[in-house]
Amino acid sequence: MSARTAAPPVAPNATAPRSDAAILRRRRLIHGSLTGIALVYAAVLLIAPLAGIIWAAIKAGGHAWVETFSQPDVRHAFYLTLIITATTVVVTAVLGVVVALMLARDPFPGRALVSAFVDLPLAVSPVIVGLACVLMFGTGGWFKPWFDAHGIQIIFALPSMVLVTIFICIPFVIREVAPLLGELGTEEEEAARTLGASSLQTFFKVTLPNIRWALLYGIALTTARAIGEIGAVLVVSGQITGHTETATLFILRAFDEGRDAQGYIVATTLALVSVLLLSGIEILKHRGERKLAS
Amino acid sequence: MTGIVVEGLNKSFGSFRAVADVSFEAEEGKITAILGPSGSGKSTVLRMIAGLERPDTGRISLAGEEQTNAPVQERRVGFVFQHYALFRHMTVRQNVAFGLRVRKVGKDETVKRVDELLRLVQLAPWADRYPDQLSGGQRQRVALARALAPRPTVLLLDEPFGALDARVRQDLRRWLDDLHSELGVTSLLVTHDQEEALELANEVVVMHQGRVEQVGTPDDVYNRPATRFVAGFVGAANVLEGRMDGGRVRVADGWTSGDGGDDLAEGVRVHAYVRPHQISIAGEQTRLGSTSAVIERITNLGWASKLRLRLTDGQDLTADVSNDELPVPPVGEGDRVHLDLRNAKVFEVEDRPGHYAGVGANGAAPESADGGSAEPAIVA
Amino acid sequence: MATRTGSLDAPPRPPLPRLDPGAGGGAAPRPRRRPPWGRWGLRATALLYLAVMVALPIVAVLTRGFGNGFGALKDAFAAPGAWKAVELTLVLAALTAVINGVFGTLIAYVLVRYRFPGRAALSTIVDIPFAIPTLVTGVMLRALYGPASPVGSFLERHGVHVIFAPAGILLALLFVTLPLVVRTVQPVMLELDRSEEEAAHVLGAGRIRTARSVVLPHLRPPIAAGMLLVFARAIGEFGAVVIVSGNIIGKTLTAPVFIFGLISQFKPEQAAAVASLLFGLSFVLVLVTERLVARRPAKEPEE
Repeated sequence: MSARTAAPPVAPNATAPRSDAAILRRRRLIHGSLTGIALVYAAVLLIAPLAGIIWAAIKAGGHAWVETFSQPDVRHAFYLTLIITATTVVVTAVLGVVVALMLARDPFPGRALVSAFVDLPLAVSPVIVGLACVLMFGTGGWFKPWFDAHGIQIIFALPSMVLVTIFICIPFVIREVAPLLGELGTEEEEAARTLGASSLQTFFKVTLPNIRWALLYGIALTTARAIGEIGAVLVVSGQITGHTETATLFILRAFDEGRDAQGYIVATTLALVSVLLLSGIEILKHRGERKLAS
Repeated sequence: MTGIVVEGLNKSFGSFRAVADVSFEAEEGKITAILGPSGSGKSTVLRMIAGLERPDTGRISLAGEEQTNAPVQERRVGFVFQHYALFRHMTVRQNVAFGLRVRKVGKDETVKRVDELLRLVQLAPWADRYPDQLSGGQRQRVALARALAPRPTVLLLDEPFGALDARVRQDLRRWLDDLHSELGVTSLLVTHDQEEALELANEVVVMHQGRVEQVGTPDDVYNRPATRFVAGFVGAANVLEGRMDGGRVRVADGWTSGDGGDDLAEGVRVHAYVRPHQISIAGEQTRLGSTSAVIERITNLGWASKLRLRLTDGQDLTADVSNDELPVPPVGEGDRVHLDLRNAKVFEVEDRPGHYAGVGANGAAPESADGGSAEPAIVA
Repeated sequence: MATRTGSLDAPPRPPLPRLDPGAGGGAAPRPRRRPPWGRWGLRATALLYLAVMVALPIVAVLTRGFGNGFGALKDAFAAPGAWKAVELTLVLAALTAVINGVFGTLIAYVLVRYRFPGRAALSTIVDIPFAIPTLVTGVMLRALYGPASPVGSFLERHGVHVIFAPAGILLALLFVTLPLVVRTVQPVMLELDRSEEEAAHVLGAGRIRTARSVVLPHLRPPIAAGMLLVFARAIGEFGAVVIVSGNIIGKTLTAPVFIFGLISQFKPEQAAAVASLLFGLSFVLVLVTERLVARRPAKEPEE
């Protein structure tokens, strides 16, 4: 029916250039420039300092590394960081899941307010967190008399350091788990209950496996944050070497006392641990997500 | 030649050949439909005409001017997207006005034109609403108004009713028809809904796997399909196996004549495409050489009946017969009847693996492993 | 929404009598008639946790800071360098918000829209500040720009002071807050409907006009949210700043470090007063941010 004129196909670049090639060239130029700017910014801002610290740590020499890690105060500092982090992770994970369940599943009046409270620690400067702890448990604090009477030392001791770290880490697990719980819905749990499972069984057999990757990622974020906490623990710890000095506090003291090399070494160690932890979890999360999607 | 002229279009995405040597013309002032299943390349062709994709080779002319490599902004086409693509943060009025504001049309004239179009699409009361406050059908009408506002030379519609409910789709189809009668803009409509294409278009371009299968009027593609794909895709069809025998097609224990068998050699295996409503049923053999079949199931649809029949060689087919054409005395399930297979379209069977042998009414294209399948596809 | 049916690892049992009669068919919007102590136990635990761990400390700071009216606040600001500290903090935080607002959006754009070698690397690098302890950030900058490094000494010789100067603080803040913008803007950019941009092109709008009229309105909320988050975070940053700035009163002393100073001088009420101000500002900003992120494209006023 239609008349097919036998015009030969026209090669793209040979056409009457209605500024077409020029447009393409200009667009490619813009692409390139923008990408270039982004990369340069990231390089100068992020990569250079990383390179700097790795260089400084290497410059110190393997000998210095061995020496640093054989020091008792260094070992104790890491040990303390570990204890604080572990406690924080357990508390914020367990209670974080509870809060997440409530936020996602419970049509609770004032949910928005609760949500704001969950996010609150993100807005507070760590120094203020330490201050709050001092105000509550230190001289003139509301709770000091009770704890004094029972012989429990809070400020300038481990308990306060754990407490402030917990405060700071509260949002992470909740913000990872709650949205996922909302998305998943309650159908599977309801199915389990119709099959006779108790609430506890349902939680462990149905809910927990479904949120496992979000929970792990939240825990990883919590761990990274707890390892790196400085402002709040500085305020409450009193920096008593060998007793209340975490790895981060050690770094601070090292630079104060002019032992820069040791500071760089411990700092690089902390950075490595955090980065490895988070990238490891990220990889596992992707694998987990892919399994979920199939 | 005004309207849309497309010559030798080719487009590949990586190693995937989306559009292969497509040429056709859309006549000025008429509605042309590109009809094809998903993946046939029809949307890609439309987008190339709009300038949203660039062809690897080929030419595109709009209203007599070559536009193959012109930037989108300069082509003066109107484009309606399947999912409306309305500017979510602008009101209906602002959406419709956009094309005019961009072209620096004066404020008064813009207001006048927008009002005119809103009246045309019957959405004036909703002028200050936002898209998320409108139904799907209303959003599509806004999209149409927006596309028409700058007076494009050509209107392109990419499955415009695909995202809508069946009922709304029908209403809008009728409405678009009226609109086009009133405006007379050259329109090119892409759709996989053959009913839509046949109802709306003056001319239909059937596409499959990147190529043009046939170009013709709705009557042409329906009654005189040029290829087996068109025969199977446009309108329902039974696909029956047979052989050329003495110039006619032998199907099971009878013969049928049909288009397309004339130049095929004796004994060649063929597929005969027969429409369900073009099968006559008789209780006795009234015509010499008619094919006999057993009724497996009759469903009464009120004014017609749907019969599921099985031929002597095991093939089955569906017939739609109006009730006053059923044989008297009445026949029922299990009875043997005689069939007159009228207007069969005949295509030679090709023994290539994976070649296209039968199809569902709206584009589902199962591939048979080789040329002959014992169970030809029956189409709803 | 997941529509997987629960897996059955137990053999099928007849439905229990306590199954809710109305439970047949369809997903229920709320949990039905579980034992009441279950839900209340959950609520109580969650609320107690948040009340004790979050609300209580904040209340402590607020009450001690303003327990005696504005006296503590006035005393605090009488200290040398107090006003300077607040001013410096606000200015640097604002600068950080603006600079990272621009570059963070650029990075998000480049990550979403372009393909180039090193794209995956860039995406990973952007997340690094989230992983690194803030103190270590300060240490890194010290390593790079300190007197002992080649870069640092080169800059010093040419009069560019980074360590123990506001520039260093700015770099530290930029480092720490960059991911906040990128990760707030990126998801919104990913969800942008390209066909809106195509529609604008077909209607005659060039790239710039399209970006302005169609894309930007959708991006304004997340960009604003990102910048506010950056600001809120930057005014409270301690770890990175304390190592890099040298904490020189009147020059590189920031508000959080100033508060720390007050605590060390056993002036908790004054510290609490200033802290309350700082905290109040951050909190308001975070609230506003949450509103913005609740997905509402900015409506065009007129046009």
